[in-house]
Amino acid sequence: MKVTVDEDKCCGAGNCVLLAPEVFDQREDDGIVILLDAEPAAGHHPEVREAAAVCPAGAIEVAE
Amino acid sequence: MTGTVRDAALPEFPGTRAEKCPFDPPPELQALQQDGPLTRVRLWDGSTPWLVTTHAEQKALLSHPKVSADVTRPGYPIQGPRTGGGGLSFILMDDPEHARLRRMVQGAFTVRRTESLRPAVQRIVDKLIDELLAGPKPVDLVEAFALPVPSLVICELLGVPYTDHDFFQDNSKTIIKRNVTAEDRTAAFGRLFAYLDGLVGDKLAAPGDDLLSQLAARVAAGDLTRAEASQMGVLLLIAGHETTANMIALGTLALLRNPGQLAVLRESEDPKLVAGAVEELLRYLNITHSGRRRVAMEDIEIAGQVIRAGEGLIMPNDIGNRDPSVFADPDGLDIERDARRHVAFGFGVHQCLGQPLARLELQVVYGTLYRRIPTLALAADPDRIPFKHDGQVYGVYELPVTW
Repeated sequence: MKVTVDEDKCCGAGNCVLLAPEVFDQREDDGIVILLDAEPAAGHHPEVREAAAVCPAGAIEVAE
Repeated sequence: MTGTVRDAALPEFPGTRAEKCPFDPPPELQALQQDGPLTRVRLWDGSTPWLVTTHAEQKALLSHPKVSADVTRPGYPIQGPRTGGGGLSFILMDDPEHARLRRMVQGAFTVRRTESLRPAVQRIVDKLIDELLAGPKPVDLVEAFALPVPSLVICELLGVPYTDHDFFQDNSKTIIKRNVTAEDRTAAFGRLFAYLDGLVGDKLAAPGDDLLSQLAARVAAGDLTRAEASQMGVLLLIAGHETTANMIALGTLALLRNPGQLAVLRESEDPKLVAGAVEELLRYLNITHSGRRRVAMEDIEIAGQVIRAGEGLIMPNDIGNRDPSVFADPDGLDIERDARRHVAFGFGVHQCLGQPLARLELQVVYGTLYRRIPTLALAADPDRIPFKHDGQVYGVYELPVTW
């Protein structure tokens, strides 16, 4: 799995951090997404897929 | 074109929830959803925007790049006569202006920052429950608990003196009622704006460790006008207490009316179950029930229809969250289901920026109140509970409880 994020699209709602805190975080000053792990281990794949699905801004892309 | 379809038979929007089903969307919305994703409705001013009733189409349109949230665009389906005094900051703007303003406050609501507030929120909730238990009963849970919890939290976060709570709660109520004259709403907005403007002035002179002080620093640096800062303050103050207060009171009523569900919640030691219950109650209750409103900037083809540029769009989350293709048995309350795909916080770049804080407060409240007061019960005839049918934010005006 390869994960990419689009900081310009991100609206900082934080759903991804809630779902997969090992893979996503937020910048402290403006809440924009930080990708911690672009190639997460298989154990995190379900949460990452869910994070991409619920991202309100469509800022997370997952390639498998 | 603003599209007034001359068909007197069009359903009126918004409708009213059925008296016997206070937790369900208006029955006509349920019927319209069965007919298909999009239909025309008639608003108070005779305009006939599109109503979007299905979860997938609501999400697609709320996140569509050619759909605008700008309330000043022709064709935007406004909720009532336009009011003066400025709007509610960035929620009624498009990017890039929306993103510029939102990002100035988003850092205060990150998941990590919000989680660090959990002990403080727990202390607030515990203290209010101590006072409830030491006081007379029956008691109105709205006044004694549901409103104070989020008001105390948002006051602390923003740097607003809680002693002013009667003032800001009363004016917020006027702003979010449906049937208020433009004059009254403008006046209430003006009073809150002047109040926040005064606080921003105070923080400019003597900054503290709070969000209004951070906004004041942006004003001093020239990144933000003082009016923009004050408008954002009004938005955060209203959104920060009214919504959560209604979720606490209406959620408690829903659980008292579903004792099996309440027992599961009360007896669980699992924070994940409590967090799941919060998502399900957000999905089920839909306290924001006036529909997310937008206007198309270009022609958009969706679900076999063409929405023309300039036509209004309404996406009510109450019916989107009852879409049977996404949630099995959608009209049932089931705190153990996976409800995370709900659209109670909206969708697209305008999705609620305070949602981590709302979740935290509701998790602490739902995880504490019923455990500490296991015999909590309604102290009124359920048919006589006054519901906010006239509110842009739904809930109960009062909830008499005893134990």
